[in-house]
Amino acid sequence: MAMYSTNEFKSGLKIMLDGDPYAVVENEFVKPGKGQAFNRVKVRNLKTNRVIERTFKSGDTVEGADVIDIELQYLYNDGEYWHFMDQQSFEQVTADAAAMGDSGKWLKEEAICQVTLWNGVPLSVAPPNFVIMTIVETDPGLRGDTSGGGGKPATLETGAVVRVPLFVQGGEVIKVDTRTGEYVSRVKE
Amino acid sequence: MIGASLPILRLRAELLARTRTFFAARGVLEVETPMLSAAAVTDPHLASLVTVYSGPGPRHGQTLYLHTSPEFPMKRLLVAGSGCIYQIARVFRDGEAGRRHHPEFTLLEWYRVGFDHHRLMDEVVELVSELLTDRLLLAAPEWLSYREVFERYLDLDPHRVTVAELATCAECLEVPIPPGMPMADVDPWLDLLLTHCIEPHLGQGRLCFVYDYPASQAALARLRPGDPLVAERFELYLNGIELANGFHELSDAAEQRRRFEAENGMRRIQGLPAMPVDEGLLAALEAGLPACAGVALGFDRLVMLTAGKDALAEVLAFPFAWT
Repeated sequence: MAMYSTNEFKSGLKIMLDGDPYAVVENEFVKPGKGQAFNRVKVRNLKTNRVIERTFKSGDTVEGADVIDIELQYLYNDGEYWHFMDQQSFEQVTADAAAMGDSGKWLKEEAICQVTLWNGVPLSVAPPNFVIMTIVETDPGLRGDTSGGGGKPATLETGAVVRVPLFVQGGEVIKVDTRTGEYVSRVKE
Repeated sequence: MIGASLPILRLRAELLARTRTFFAARGVLEVETPMLSAAAVTDPHLASLVTVYSGPGPRHGQTLYLHTSPEFPMKRLLVAGSGCIYQIARVFRDGEAGRRHHPEFTLLEWYRVGFDHHRLMDEVVELVSELLTDRLLLAAPEWLSYREVFERYLDLDPHRVTVAELATCAECLEVPIPPGMPMADVDPWLDLLLTHCIEPHLGQGRLCFVYDYPASQAALARLRPGDPLVAERFELYLNGIELANGFHELSDAAEQRRRFEAENGMRRIQGLPAMPVDEGLLAALEAGLPACAGVALGFDRLVMLTAGKDALAEVLAFPFAWT
């Protein structure tokens, strides 16, 4: 893998630290009047998302991390792993629960996901920003209530639970924003 | 990168004019010296930008270094009998860019014949106070030795401390320790703690001078025998930002040559190119530098503080993109 000098550090650069892949968030050059210069950097662990501070002697080099973002199609979940396919190469990629986080609950078959791969293995999986899903279970609502205030829980076909307005019924199809987990609208089929 | 607004460019021009008035009233001569030199600074922590002269003339094809400060030729002028001199020079440093660093910047450098570093610090106070009049209200200046600074903020004696003690201190203060810190040299560790834990506190709302540095950080300052041996060097801080570096100047040619060679030796160990030493300066020191003190002040940083700004890019026209 390529080595990067601190002079090449910029926000977004992927580097290896203590065996984990990190992304540079911030880089500050500090130097006393005379003497050793340092780069004080904030880096985000791509496995845990935790941001930590590190300092390097200016000019030192760090190994780059083989991290790429690609679009993959979700195939199925075998109970333990989630399986995806690259639609260009037809190669299959398997993600574990740690990489999935809570993204799995938004995935229907054939959904196109943004997958971050580290050495070819998924680090994280982002579902589509919006998904269309059928409600499999919710309390009978009050017909005619279109205020949208309050709301009630509704279980979707993938098992995800979202709050929906009282007028939305079981069996209806809705649009959800996966970034906030919020109901957006009903969808006419 | 947006760069300085017109009001800030006007402020900058006004501060330059007041600087010239200050020195004219004191009989200090303004000089200009070459930015390009066949010799370069040997300090392993400074990197010179390099260019090549393509002629005409016998120096055709010669490698030339852009100066990182006008110190060497100014000392040659002092030897030639110039008396007290100052220069407002654009200087260049490779590998330095950030909020408070810029690869080219303006240094105000001056030399006072017959002054020691303490008398020069007093004049720095007078100049900076004059420039900041009606702009920034400051408390009375503060003077702390390098040892006092480390005792106050870290409870360590920097002249006697070991690498192990400095490493423990860094760990206690949760300073991330850079990989590859040398275990046989305390200076990078002192620099680590100074930049991370001490500098942000220095000179809050006042000028703060730090003086009498460890002999190993003398640069071009003379050493004062004693226990410990210290370098007659000072730094000025304002609001946590380093503004100036000064020396009671080393005038011993043999000692100067030893320091150049030692620095080139360190460069080789670190895999950096050795630099051609300034034989013109060494010959001048041989001839006799009058006893003097000199200081270099980062003019852009002073403009930045005066304008209440946080980054050099806000006070420079067409700043260098570094992010």
